[in-house]
Amino acid sequence: MSAVATRLRTHDRGARIRGALFVGLLLLSIAIGFLALGTLLIDVLSKGLNWTGATVDRVLLLESPSADPAIAGARPAILATIYLGILVLLFAVPIGVGTAIYLEEYASKDRWYNRLLEVNIQNLAAVPSIVYGILGLAFLVRGIGLGRVLLSGALILTLLVLPTVIIASREAIRAVPDSIRQAAYALGATRWQVVSRQVLPNAVPGMATGSILALSRGLGETAPLLLVGALTYVSFDPTLLGDFTALPIQIYQWIARPQEEFRIPLAAAGIIVLLMILLTLNAFAIWIRNRYQRTW
Amino acid sequence: MTTQDATFARPGPRLRASRRRWGEDVVQGVLALFALISVATTVSIVVALLFPALEFFAEVNPVDYLTGTDWAPLFEPAHFGVLPLIAGSLLVTGVAVLVCAPLGLGAAIFLSEYAGRRLRSYLKPALEVLAGIPTVVYGYFALVYVTPQLQYLGVPAGVFNALSAALVMGVMLIPTVASISEDSMMAVPRELRDGAYALGSTKLHVATRIVVPAAVSGIIASYVLAISRAIGETMIVLIAAGGQPNLTLDPTEAVQTMTAFIGAIAQGDVPTGSIEYKTIFAVGLTLFVLTFAMNIVAVRLVRRWREVYE
Repeated sequence: MSAVATRLRTHDRGARIRGALFVGLLLLSIAIGFLALGTLLIDVLSKGLNWTGATVDRVLLLESPSADPAIAGARPAILATIYLGILVLLFAVPIGVGTAIYLEEYASKDRWYNRLLEVNIQNLAAVPSIVYGILGLAFLVRGIGLGRVLLSGALILTLLVLPTVIIASREAIRAVPDSIRQAAYALGATRWQVVSRQVLPNAVPGMATGSILALSRGLGETAPLLLVGALTYVSFDPTLLGDFTALPIQIYQWIARPQEEFRIPLAAAGIIVLLMILLTLNAFAIWIRNRYQRTW
Repeated sequence: MTTQDATFARPGPRLRASRRRWGEDVVQGVLALFALISVATTVSIVVALLFPALEFFAEVNPVDYLTGTDWAPLFEPAHFGVLPLIAGSLLVTGVAVLVCAPLGLGAAIFLSEYAGRRLRSYLKPALEVLAGIPTVVYGYFALVYVTPQLQYLGVPAGVFNALSAALVMGVMLIPTVASISEDSMMAVPRELRDGAYALGSTKLHVATRIVVPAAVSGIIASYVLAISRAIGETMIVLIAAGGQPNLTLDPTEAVQTMTAFIGAIAQGDVPTGSIEYKTIFAVGLTLFVLTFAMNIVAVRLVRRWREVYE
């Protein structure tokens, strides 16, 4: 193409200049996004690391929070975020994968209730996260009286990430070629045998990647936990049915304090820890995809 | 009824299972039950919002709520005019869309029309990182970096202002606009581009006069979704935009959005059943209805361009 293209190139110099300007504008619009991202990271790193007390070390060393910014840490918050992550995976993956299997392998697209189910999941994926928080406040915390406990937070984050897990799992299932299913059916396999022994093993990498990415989004959420009543000051290690805070909440609380020392460096250090947790999760998800995903 | 039955219908009933397998039915039942959880979630959200909101509207006239220009639920006498909160949400959203609409579209055109496959495979995930940063981090960035920079540049903004929150939110929404717009541009058939080239179009003309118009419903859908996300975003505005309801169009002033109000009032231990408690649900319902309507529009638009070319 290039040999022909060079010869066919326009002789209109104005058009060439306009074309180049346009590409420049497009590049600029991408660059602004990356520039903002870079500035954000550098700003957070410089504020969180550049501190005589080695703040990140201390936050990482899991000190408990304190009213004195010089000795405050985020041990309960970090632990709670880890617990939340484990619980959300335990709840969301079976439900999400189960729903995806139902929709892809069992549900007939002709039935109105299955179409409704699909539209419903699309809509749930776009419901503002704070609305999930309101749901948690009304039903879990006050309604059934579970209270402002870690389990309430985990359940609400589960509902929040569920649509994303379902959508990712469906894509992973859809990527398994139909010929594999047909071959298994031809050998006399039942539907569940086909799903459990052929489809699922082949879809696991895609499901794992999607679920971990969804989890990483969920663990960064602050607003729903704010409503479920994650406390801003917790000095003890979290338990399933006890008061809790979480890392994003702890960061928010430090930002909201009037004393400057809580914003810089403490909140920045907390952000570094949070970003490290989320980036590790994302990197793990991408590693799984690259390592195990097959293309047919 | 199902793929299996449809595919093997012709050879006749002999190919059926030799006996009824109850395990298969149990599995299907359990899976359907899992699927029902997401329906139950939607129903719960509506119920959770609607009933306390109805109690709220029994005490506050809905017309006063929707047309009142004074929002002061915690003061004596209390005022429940939601317009300042809606105005705050729309102001922040408007500025954020001014940022993400052109930048996201530019990024989408570049990814779809100019970047090679290899470059795109690096740029797309890198751009998605922007959407993966927690919103509390963006809020922090708006408050401690963007606002001081704006003040340094001579913008008459206070410590809390709508502008820095909106600018940061706009950056956060670039991947939302870019990825949906790009999907719709990639769906434009190659023949349309080739036809335009054959008529002597430059690449610029193909991108702006062929691809963008052909993908316009996807682009609009991405904008609608970005608006819906912006209205529903909480932490950035809670941290950086301030806490006073303010009926204004000036982005350098502090404003309170619907989401920021909910987030702020939920932090205090509001007694269940009090009118303050019910405001959470009234405002939440308003927010839900607004974003829900926009999501429906976006889903419709996306489906439209999918139908045209596939």
